[in-house]
Amino acid sequence: MTSLVDQLEHGLSAPICLTWELTYACNLDCVHCLSSSGRRDPDELTTDEAIAFIDELRDLGVFYVNIGGGEPMIRRDFFTIIEHAVANGVGVKFSTNGTFIDDEAARRIAAMDYLDVQISIDGLDETTNDAVRGTGTHATALAAARRLADAGMRDFKLSVVVTRHNVDQLDGLLALADELGAQLRVTRLRPSGRGADSWDDLHPTDDQQRTIHRWLLDNGDRVLTGDSFFHLNALGESLPGLNMCGAGRVVCLVDPVGDVYACPFVIHERFRAGNIRRDGAFTEVWRGSELFRELREPGSSGACASCGAYDVCRGGCMAAKFFTGLPLDGPDPECVGGEGERALAGAGPRPVSDVDHSRRPRTVTPVPVTLVAK
Amino acid sequence: MDATVLRLDPAVAIRPEPFGALAYHYDTRRLVFLKHPDVVRAVEGLDGRTVTSEVLDACGIDPGRRDAVERALVSLVRSGIVAEVGP
Repeated sequence: MTSLVDQLEHGLSAPICLTWELTYACNLDCVHCLSSSGRRDPDELTTDEAIAFIDELRDLGVFYVNIGGGEPMIRRDFFTIIEHAVANGVGVKFSTNGTFIDDEAARRIAAMDYLDVQISIDGLDETTNDAVRGTGTHATALAAARRLADAGMRDFKLSVVVTRHNVDQLDGLLALADELGAQLRVTRLRPSGRGADSWDDLHPTDDQQRTIHRWLLDNGDRVLTGDSFFHLNALGESLPGLNMCGAGRVVCLVDPVGDVYACPFVIHERFRAGNIRRDGAFTEVWRGSELFRELREPGSSGACASCGAYDVCRGGCMAAKFFTGLPLDGPDPECVGGEGERALAGAGPRPVSDVDHSRRPRTVTPVPVTLVAK
Repeated sequence: MDATVLRLDPAVAIRPEPFGALAYHYDTRRLVFLKHPDVVRAVEGLDGRTVTSEVLDACGIDPGRRDAVERALVSLVRSGIVAEVGP
């Protein structure tokens, strides 16, 4: 019998894990923003279109949707949208920087069923977090978390992108989540969006990859990861979760203007499957797009074919390879077998996305990120 | 397992898929794979009144597959997708 992972690689009738970015507008300017958010796009889905999209997800049997942005709470119809989703059996998990969680919003959120909230925080202390997310954002995130806790919200998430500067804070972040009655979620840093500019300076070192693997093995049952660290399985013991790239198979992204991408980390025309306004509806894009059909074909293991670890790491993350100029059938840039570094030395030019809503013009060449104590 | 009465937890939704089905528990946020069409048929046959052995008879599970389906049901009880109904 074929394994579940093999079957999932052929795709599902509808995604399991659908991310929907509600807006490109964001009050912050994080250096690793996957969607290069900042300014609202004038073409973003209207409230009526958003409601119709939710109805389609309900009819498809999509159990929940991951809502992000930009900062989704910036939209004036934010609560209209999420309340419509939940009322229609489409659970909501949304990511926020916490700025707009005042006491009233906290009470409203805490009172809703089938709603999960993730507050982004990228360091245990202000210096570590604010270097990545901007001045004052550590205090804002913590204040929002405390408001949710005070409003009686249990098991909301503190969501941490693991970087070179916070690997050593994982124990502390777990203790912080415990203290707040929250759950810790840690995910992998990707060189996507503005992350392309900061990845070289922020991504964990080789030694730190080992530390993360060990830490996840020791704490994995208490920590959510979005199954994003499967490239570390090559170190030996496999991490809990679905260890595969789900892009276009079980995962996809719908962006604020209705463009459908293979996953939240590949906002680039190469991975654009269609648009829910122009190409029929979401269902047609999910089931019929040429890109998704291509992604559901058995992949070639390419340069990794002779590596004994391929069965467990499956070549790592497609987005990480693509945005560092590596071939998609080769090693992950953070391959723990050392192949990533070798491949990076001979990598091609790094693709730059045609979608960018950053408020400040970006340099195309990577810029260093330095920690500055306040 | 044979003599127990089971039902699908009311907070669970099932979605058919080529390999079987997905089951999602809205309260625990747990997603479970029903990895064989036999398991899907058995779960859909649970009505909260009939004992499991009769449910499995009624949905025509092949005798050679019965153990596997029963094991799957035990695991679904453990994950809260299916619940035992009291006597």
